[in-house]
Amino acid sequence: MAQNPNRPISPHLQIYRWGPHMAVSIFHRATGFVMATAGMLTLLWWLASIAGGPESYATFQSYVVSGGEEATGMQVAINWFFRLLALGVTYSFFQHMFSGIRHLLMDLGAGYELKTVRTWSIAVYIAALTATALVAMLVAARFMGA
Amino acid sequence: MGNGTKLGRVRGLGSAKHGGKHWLDQRLTAVGNLLLTTWLVLSLLWLPNFDYETVAAWLAQPSVAVPMILMLANIFWHVRLGLQVLIEDYVHDEGNKFATLTLLNFYVIGGAAFGIFMVAKHAFTGAPA
Repeated sequence: MAQNPNRPISPHLQIYRWGPHMAVSIFHRATGFVMATAGMLTLLWWLASIAGGPESYATFQSYVVSGGEEATGMQVAINWFFRLLALGVTYSFFQHMFSGIRHLLMDLGAGYELKTVRTWSIAVYIAALTATALVAMLVAARFMGA
Repeated sequence: MGNGTKLGRVRGLGSAKHGGKHWLDQRLTAVGNLLLTTWLVLSLLWLPNFDYETVAAWLAQPSVAVPMILMLANIFWHVRLGLQVLIEDYVHDEGNKFATLTLLNFYVIGGAAFGIFMVAKHAFTGAPA
């Protein structure tokens, strides 16, 4: 059934005035999409590479983690693509997780006052960015020798 | 009940009675994901390194393979519910919507089957002595 183009439709992103409360909802969708696609495909690749044995695991590492000393320019570029992706997925994970916890609490009927909604939305960003920074530093310190 | 507008045709019929299950499944899988992904992150950070021997021995243990399989099933179920809502919100053409939802089903069931098979294969056959 084709929609009548003359009928009014729900306002979209360019109409809303940006604020923490509406942004947290949009971020929930966007981060969920990132994890559902890029995140899960990389996880499946990783699991398959473990099941495939040492050589396939080394191939996975050469693309995703590091191409080693004699890595070509292309490999280095791919490594950095995956490192940035990992950072993005890590942030998506925490943003979606804290935003999801917020949703579960709101499902209980709590925190609908305008000020509370605003406070919790901002708290989601702070918690997500803090957790991402912590994990990034932990990984850098332990596994990349930085 | 009118038969003019879309709203007029459905007004008074009540809901299709399926929305509640979708909503509740999304919340239940969310709680499952919260537990299982927290386990994964902590378990990974616990590993001394990410060498093949370490990771392979880790994944071959029943105490890791079983939650990993549960996590894959739970995540892909959650992905199915979440992306379904995204598609329903943004893909308005009925034909494209049907096609996209079909692709989504292929992706989540295929992805879950692939991942679970890989973990099971590794745990059953690939464990280093």
